[in-house]
This record gives sequence, structure tokens and C-alpha cells, in this order.
Amino acid sequence: MPQTAQVHVETHAVKERSPFVNAIREFWKSYRKNKPALFGTSIILVFILLAIFANFIAPQGINDQNIGNKLQAPSAAHWFGTDDFGRDIFSRILFGARLSLRVGFLSVIGSIVVGTLLGILAGYFGKVLDVIISRLFDILLAFPSILLSIAIVAILGPSLNNALVAIAIVNVPVFGRLVRSRVLTVKEEEYVVAARSIGMGDMRIIFHHILPNSIAPIIVQGTLNIATAILDAAGLGFLGMGAEAPLPEWGKMLSDSREYIQNAPWTVLFPGLAIVLVVVGFNLIGDGLRDALDPRMKN
Amino acid sequence: MFYYSVKRVLMLIPVLLGMTLIVFAIIHAIPGNPALTILGTKASPEAVRQLNQSLGLDNPWYVQYFSYLKDILTGDLGTSIQTHSPIASEIWPHLAATIELSFVAMIIAIVVGINAGIISAWKQNSVFDYTAMILALIGVSMPVFWLGLLEQWGFSIELGWLPSIGRDDIRNGVDPITNLYLIDTLLRGRLDQFWMVIRHMILPSIALATIPTAIIARMTRSSMLEVLKSDYIRTAKAKGQRMVWIVYKYALKNAFIPILTVIGLQTGLLLGGAILTETIFGWPGVGLYIYNAIQYRDYPVIQSGILIIAFIFVMVNFIVDLLYGLIDPRIKYK
Amino acid sequence: MSESLLHVENLKKYYPITGGKFGRVSETVRAVDGVSFSVREGETLGIVGESGCGKSTTGRMIMRLIEPTEGKIVFQNRDLMNLSKKEMRKARKDIQMIFQDPFASLNPRHTVEHIIEEPMIVHHIGDRKQRKARVEELLELVGLSSYHAKRYPHQFSGGQRQRIGIARALAVRPKVIIADEPVSALDVSVQSQVLNLLKDLQEKFHLTYIFIAHDLSVVRHISDRVGVMYLGKLVELSESEQLYDDPKHPYTKALLSSVPVPNPNVQTERMILQGDVPSPAHPPAGCSFHDRCPFAMDICSKERPHLKKLEDGRLVSCHLYD
Repeated sequence: MPQTAQVHVETHAVKERSPFVNAIREFWKSYRKNKPALFGTSIILVFILLAIFANFIAPQGINDQNIGNKLQAPSAAHWFGTDDFGRDIFSRILFGARLSLRVGFLSVIGSIVVGTLLGILAGYFGKVLDVIISRLFDILLAFPSILLSIAIVAILGPSLNNALVAIAIVNVPVFGRLVRSRVLTVKEEEYVVAARSIGMGDMRIIFHHILPNSIAPIIVQGTLNIATAILDAAGLGFLGMGAEAPLPEWGKMLSDSREYIQNAPWTVLFPGLAIVLVVVGFNLIGDGLRDALDPRMKN
Repeated sequence: MFYYSVKRVLMLIPVLLGMTLIVFAIIHAIPGNPALTILGTKASPEAVRQLNQSLGLDNPWYVQYFSYLKDILTGDLGTSIQTHSPIASEIWPHLAATIELSFVAMIIAIVVGINAGIISAWKQNSVFDYTAMILALIGVSMPVFWLGLLEQWGFSIELGWLPSIGRDDIRNGVDPITNLYLIDTLLRGRLDQFWMVIRHMILPSIALATIPTAIIARMTRSSMLEVLKSDYIRTAKAKGQRMVWIVYKYALKNAFIPILTVIGLQTGLLLGGAILTETIFGWPGVGLYIYNAIQYRDYPVIQSGILIIAFIFVMVNFIVDLLYGLIDPRIKYK
Repeated sequence: MSESLLHVENLKKYYPITGGKFGRVSETVRAVDGVSFSVREGETLGIVGESGCGKSTTGRMIMRLIEPTEGKIVFQNRDLMNLSKKEMRKARKDIQMIFQDPFASLNPRHTVEHIIEEPMIVHHIGDRKQRKARVEELLELVGLSSYHAKRYPHQFSGGQRQRIGIARALAVRPKVIIADEPVSALDVSVQSQVLNLLKDLQEKFHLTYIFIAHDLSVVRHISDRVGVMYLGKLVELSESEQLYDDPKHPYTKALLSSVPVPNPNVQTERMILQGDVPSPAHPPAGCSFHDRCPFAMDICSKERPHLKKLEDGRLVSCHLYD
């Protein structure tokens, strides 16, 4: 083992730095060079700031109507123009960012929590539980995602929150399968066998040894899924199965203004642009994280 | 290969059963009285009672589920609340429209996506590669319905080049035989109508194909890059074979499995995207059928529409899985 | 002869191979096929065999890390096979393990302190302060320093990492340590250091070792008795001295003759085995060694030999000694 000698020499030179800090350093070193990823990060940061400070930035409230002022073209007063109720589209988009980001983050967090739980149950405890959970995932994945969301919203009743829940449910198997396969791999690692050999219980093994070693792919997949969650939420809003009027949800804004596209194309242009930018942002971050954290995941 | 297929068929059964259970729940998990939800709160008690009876809502849920299963197996998809006609007979023209549109979109996605991916990988880091990958990134991030609206605005409203609504002109309607209009017009020998149908198809099929094209391009590029680095490609190059030949013959063959996977998965995206695309382009497919049912709260139609699409999706993936077994003999020993 | 501390009887591990038609069990791999031995308190029992002979599986089955298909594991007059999952976890306090790969067996994300402390946390030994003190004590004991505590496994050499693994095993003051090829991943120069450390620790704490290795020369210096395994079965078990001076089983002879001798002038009788180890899914009928055995007789391919006690007390499973 030529490697041994090398490590040995380093032993006294290397500072006592945790692999966690090391990992972050390593990660940042490669992420920093990834220009598209940095670009994506800045898009998302901007949108997060806009969403947080929407109250201060927006020139108008979301529902300030002024019918006399409807369908105005973009101008100094209304950067993105006004809609059919004379509401300022720029302001509505800012507040819409809150809704979309909230749906994106919360639904993905929900999917990760439930998916991880089920994935661990299936992967670690195996047997009958594995068969049942894996079949459940198969069934959920047998639907095109937006149709399953529609089905769930049809059951729960249309609203933005129910759309969020539906999207979270639809994405559970994505994380469930991911975690299951990670657990199956890590379970065979010798340090997990070692952990059992010292008499450690299952829960402690899962939380101290298996989960920390499965986090990287979950983060990558999670970021990419925020992008699809936002797209799906907009799609549901567009179909009338998501946000309800007068919420400034971007998909809903699109479907409400599609009849004005001929005379007032800005009513359709800007909400769509906002969706594309945010989704591009999350996709770029996700790709960047994947390259930096786990190059093997590329496919 | 035979056992692999049988096994795969057996695995299909729980999935199909689970699917019907979820779809079944659409009506039966609605809180409160489904009949009231369907008919609206102002419905007369008489109407509610009738609907309850016709839907079998008085029975315990498992009895209802089994009778639902029995109905499906005998080809009875229920009755539309809106039109009062059997869904099974109503849905076929819609299904044909969706299949035709998705099929054309899939062809576009495969042809454009695979070629763009191959050229990107072959000319890695070239201007073409960068442009293609940026377009692909935007493509995967594009809401289908927004793209559709933009297309309508640009090509129909502003430029007036292409029709923006429907499968055919209202005053020059296609006389259906199979309901697949590309085939019907040819069967009737109406080349003018054939051209009309194509013109109607261009915008929606491009909108629908965008995301799958982008994903297939990215996937093809990354698997091709891997294959192009391999030893046997280097050997082929060293033997002096032409690059075009190497790329299309050797490399593509080996990159085919991951690409096939993606194509299988994209079917789901296509069928899901169809509901949005059809809504925008007034394309009378299952998607529009479901969309109208949503507006009308026609739950039996929502139910059957989703069931049919999910069923097609499952079957496509089943066929893709069987193809794996044929293409790559290693897979069946997994 | 002191009393036996751990006694293993007819231990078996069969793995069904599913597949073929509808996942039916098509064949069975007999990874371990009826192994029996006992270990006396304070001694070192070496277990030797080629890779795949089932020696590691045997080691892991004693701790029920791998669930035996059949057999008895009697430790301090208690059959471990009868314990519940929870009781078994507690019982592992007395039997600890040292692993072959000193890198893979330490979680790369944990500090050395955390790694060594963890068994004590699991078995609720001491409070935080006492545990920290114990970790320092253990580090010194295995030849490391207390300032190593805050470091991570990747900052150590292979030999040092194995010392950490030993410290972890010692943390809960076990009676038996199962060492699964503890030195085979190490540089030769480091091997003897670690072996000497294990010997010292054994004397100091009156430990009992089950020492698994694929190489007879490593086992020689540390073992009191040695068992030789072939295809999931124990073929010979005897005192070290006897085994090395006068091996009985043809397989043991072959293994010994492949050990290099330091003096090139000594002529040794080389015995080179023909063929490969057969698949444990299809072991040859009769004696599983007969197709490679230079002394094979007719009976060998027909009848399976059993472990028999010879006059001098050693156990051999071979028809030559019937």
C-alpha cells in the first residue's frame, strides 16, 4: 500500500480539520469554478430577496385594482404593465415569487422527509416491508406526475396548499428509491458492520452512520426537484387545480391573461419569464451541486 | 427471455391494481357526500339519491371498488355527468387525438434530441455544443403552457402562418375513420386535408416535444461522451474509419440503453404535458377532455381519463422493459 | 486445560440462490457447513483458510452479525442463538471484533474519539467525562497519543487506523475478541507491530482471541491452536506446534508448503495443489478436497469424512487416518 506511507507523512502536517469542513472546502473549490452554477445561485438569491422584501419593493399591493388603468403597456409607472383588473404585474410577480418558492421548498422538504423514512424502512429493514414500499413507489410512479397531482387535488379539492401536498406526494418515490438504494449500499460498508458488532442498535446506526453518508445525493436531487415542483405547481395553477384567484401565482396569472395575449402580450410574457428564470436557476444549482458533490451521479 | 417477460407481466398486476385503487379514490375519498360535491350543494335530494344509487355509493367502499374493477374489466368506464353518455364510447376520439399528437411529438423529440446530443458530444465544447446545451437547459425549464401561448402569439396571431386551435378547420372538418386524422385523410385520399392536419399539428407538437427533446439531448450527450472515450472507439479511430460512421454506428449502439430508458420515462412527461398543451391549443384529446371535466367537476370523466393515460404509460414502460431484455441480454439476469 | 469459554457446534450458513424460474431457490451455497470448535479462556485460536472458505462468515456468525442457518454458539454456558435481538446486542459487549480493512471499518465522518467512545455510549458505560478519560487511556494503550483523539481516520496510516480499531474493540472490556484478518491489509513491516500489540494486550487483560487469517505464517506466532478450513468445513484442528511441525491433513500440508522459508538453503518438500477451489454451490461429493488431493483414494469421492480425534488429541477430517 504505497498510499499508507504518504498518509503517514502527512499525519503531523495536516491540521486537525474535520472532514465536514474539508468537504465544504473541497465542494466550494469546485463549485466556485462552475460559472453556470454560480449564475443559477445568483438568480435564486435575487428571487429569494425579492420575495422576502416584496412588501418594500413592490410599487403596488397585489390586489390594488384600477379598472380605468387596465391592460397598460409596460412603462415607468408599471414596469411590466398592468393586467385586466389594472393591477401592477411587476408587484404581483414579486409576491408570486413567495408562493412559488414556498411551494418549491416546502413540497420538496415534505417529499424528502417522507421519502427518506420510507426508503430507510425499505432498505434497512427489507423483506416484506421492502416489497410493500417498493410496490407503492411503482404504483405512484406509474402515473405521469402532473396527472397524479391532478388526481390528488381532485380528491383534496383545488387550492394552492393542496397542490403543494399533491406535488410532495408525487415526488415521494423519487427520494424513497434514492434513499433505499443508498441505504442498501451503505449498509454493506464495513463501518456499519463494525457498528453492529459493538452492539449498536438500528436507530443509532441509521442516524449516526447511514443517513450522514446518504445526504449528498439527496441534496442534489432535492434541488433539481424544487425546479420541477415549481413547474408542476404553475401547471396546476394554469389548469385551475392550484392557486385560486386572486392569488398572484404565476401559472394562475398566465391562465387568467391568456385571452389578452393579442392586445396585451406582456400579461403573458412576464409571469412565464419569471417561471423560466427560477426553474433555470434551480436546475443550474442542481447540476452544479451534482458535479461538485458526486460526479458519479451524472447519469 | 420468456421467464423474464412472464415475471415482468406478473409485476404489472399489483401496479395496475394500485392504479385503479388511486383512481377509484378520486370519487370516493372526496370528503362529505360525493353526490353533493358532484351535483353542487343546491341539488335536489331526489337527484342526490339517484346519483348515489347509480354510482353505487350506498355500499361499503370495497364492494364499490370491486364493482368498479368489474366495470373496468368489462370495458365500462362509467357515464359522463355532463353529457350523460358512456365515457368508453366518448373517449376514443379523444384518445386517438392524444396518441397522434404524442406520437408526432415523440418522433420530433427523438430525432432532434438524439442528433443534437450526438453532435454536441462529438464536437464537445464547440459553439454548437454550447448553444445546444443552453437551449436544452432552457427547454427543461420551460413551462409547456407558456411556450404554447408564445407560439400562438407569434406564429398564429402576429404572423398568421399557422392555425392556433384544433385539429382541423371547422368548415373543412375531417371525416373520421380511425380518428387518427393523418391516416384518415390519406385513406379518404384528401391530400389537401392531410396538409391541413399537419399545419394544425405543428405548433402543439413542437410545444409538447420541447422538454423531452431537451432531456433526450442531454442524456444522449452524456452517454455518448462516455462511449466516445472508450477503447474500442479509439481502436476504430486508429483503424482510420470515418468519424461519422464511428459515431452513428458504434457509439450510438452502445449509448442506446440509457437513451431508451429516457425515452420510456419521457412518455410519461409527454402524456402529462398533453393535458397542458391540448388545453392551450384546443386539441380535442384526452387532456382537453380531462380539463373540461375539471371545469365541470365531471368526476367520472376525470377518473377515467387519468386511468386511461396512466394505463398507456405503464404499458409503454412495460414494452420498453421488454426491449431491454432483447437488446441487452445481461439485464434479464439481474 | 482451562475450561472452554466459547463453544461452537455444528454452525452452518446456507445461502439460497434464487433466480431462474420465478425466483425459485435453484441452488444453495454452503458457505459454512457444520463447523464445531471450542475456545478456552485466555487462548488464541487461529482459523486459517483460503478466501471463500467461510472463515470470516464463521467469525461473523459467532456475533450473529450474520444469522446462522443452524448451530449452537455457547458463550459462558449460554446459547447465544436463543437470545432476542436486543439481548444479543447486549451480549456483544463481551465479544468484540477487529476488522480486516482498517479504513473501511472506521466511519470517515467521525473523530477517533467518537469512534472509540461509541461502544461505551451504546452500552451506557460511564458518563461523558469518564468516557473521554477512558478514550485517552485506550489511545495510550494501543500506542497512540491522547492528542490524536480529535483527528479523523483519514489522517492516519493503515497501522495506526488498525490500532484505533483495536482501541474501539477494547473500549467495553470484552472477554473475547474476534480478529478478522487484522493485519492482512497492512504493510509487512507494520504487521508484526500490530501482532505484538495484540499479544501484549492479551497478556495484560487476559483476553481470548479468535484470530482469522488466510496465511499460516501470520497465525503461527500468535496462536495456541489452529483450525484449518476448506470449503466451509474444518479439516484439521490442533495445537500450533503440532500443526506446524507435522501437519496431518493433505490440505494443511499444501498450505504449509506454500509458506516461504527464510533460509533458501533449506530444501522443503513443495506440494502444489492442482486446480481451483470448487464453487461452494457445487462441492464435490464425498470429501470436498478429493479432486485436488494428491493422496485421494476411492472412498474419498464417495464418503464424506468426519472430524476425528487422533491419539495425540488433534482433530483431522481425512480418510487417510481412518
